[in-house]
Amino acid sequence: MSKALRIAIFYLPIFVGLALWELAARASLLNPSLFPSLGETLTAFGRLATKGHLLDHAELSLFRQSSGFFLAAFFGIASGILMAENRRARNILEPLLRATYPLPKSALIPLFMLWLGIGDSAKVAAVFLGCLLPIVLTTFNAARGINKQLVWSAWSLGTPKWLIPWKVVLPAALPEVMSGLRIALALSFTLMVSAEFLIGQRGLGFLIGTLGEDGDYAGMFAAVLAVTIIGFAADRLFVWLNGVLLSWRD
Amino acid sequence: MALIDIDGVSKTYALGNDRELTAIDRIALSIREGEFVSIIGPSGCGKSTLLHMIGGFVPCSAGEIRVRGAAIHEPGPDRGIVFQHFALFPWKTVLGNVEYGLAERGVAKAERRRTAQSFIDMVKLNGFENTFPNRLSGGMQQRVAIARMLACEPSILLMDEPFGALDAQTRKIMQEELRELWQRFRKTVVFVTHDVREAVFLSQRVVVMSARPGRIKTIIETGLGPDATRAAIDAKADELWDLLRDEVVRTIAEEGRGL
Repeated sequence: MSKALRIAIFYLPIFVGLALWELAARASLLNPSLFPSLGETLTAFGRLATKGHLLDHAELSLFRQSSGFFLAAFFGIASGILMAENRRARNILEPLLRATYPLPKSALIPLFMLWLGIGDSAKVAAVFLGCLLPIVLTTFNAARGINKQLVWSAWSLGTPKWLIPWKVVLPAALPEVMSGLRIALALSFTLMVSAEFLIGQRGLGFLIGTLGEDGDYAGMFAAVLAVTIIGFAADRLFVWLNGVLLSWRD
Repeated sequence: MALIDIDGVSKTYALGNDRELTAIDRIALSIREGEFVSIIGPSGCGKSTLLHMIGGFVPCSAGEIRVRGAAIHEPGPDRGIVFQHFALFPWKTVLGNVEYGLAERGVAKAERRRTAQSFIDMVKLNGFENTFPNRLSGGMQQRVAIARMLACEPSILLMDEPFGALDAQTRKIMQEELRELWQRFRKTVVFVTHDVREAVFLSQRVVVMSARPGRIKTIIETGLGPDATRAAIDAKADELWDLLRDEVVRTIAEEGRGL
């Protein structure tokens, strides 16, 4: 099968979904004033992009989302490996993580606003905290489960003990770490929208909230579409990076 | 003087409730430089644990192990190891794996490459330098592991059931090649196996361990030269099996009792 055909087949369900959306709206399955069609949404998207500063909002949202995500990736991977390698760290961190894991991070957003103000830091903190736990836990489980003899081999071949987490544990755990990161990546967009939705004057989440309140549902759908497009693009980029980093697997 | 001195070494594990499991019980064994020694015993007798202790990966609970008179506490460049399941770095190519130890000791890139290549050629893997391990058969992966170990030029080779995961035909070829390598380089080899014939075929001395707690039951000299006939090897293997049989039976019986 040619590459172009495979790509076409991969994206086919998306186009089918969009077509169904348009058909459902035209058939007036729902109240048309509350359920804009794809065409209306795209028109509103164009209007927002040219006159509504859609790009500025998107840029800010992307900055908040990626700051939170990358901070969570860095600290999450580091502490996951630390927990796997160090019993004391595990004894302290594991109960904390297990207890806070089920907690809905979005419920904490108002608190972050109180502590950190209504600027970027509260939103970054919300994304960071929400992404952190799945990354720590997948890294911890992966690092704990690696083949001990890989560590022994490196040790025997002259790798100093303190470098083993970096030179052996991380690369050996990487496949699972990457799947944890992918889950966190999707979460980061959800959290970014929730945080902006609740408070603030800028960002795609704010746009969704304010347009919805104004009854501009086509505009609101356009903002949701913008989040979806960015999130989907980020995921595709991630899949590509995954393939590059883990090329040794296939 | 012996190269490796295993001096009253025991290994016990705490089981909780103040109970202990003795895996290895006061083992004493001296291994000469250039000797090929196999350790054989029923499963769970602690033969691999003993090898891991010589490697310095697992501490002794009692006694000590000395190499050239110095007690060992951790792995060192004088002792290389290969494991039953190869333990190659899957994210590195064949070349990357073989170069790894050289890079760790700071060998310059060009020389590293040259040395690694010569060991890759030695284990007949030329043409696979840039292949990742998961593309290789078990036998080929174990060749990589052997090349990776040899590239660091250890004086002692520790081999932990290295051919146990291979099919019978590949195992036979690998045994012949290892014997050739050993006859060429005369490095000291400590070889753990549960295959009686393999032990006889490869070694000068075979240490027979008892069922748990692992003790040395007996040590036999194979007395077979490089041109020993198949019949002579088989006869020696039968003799060894007679010594081992009771221990294996005991192990199976104890496993049946849930011990």
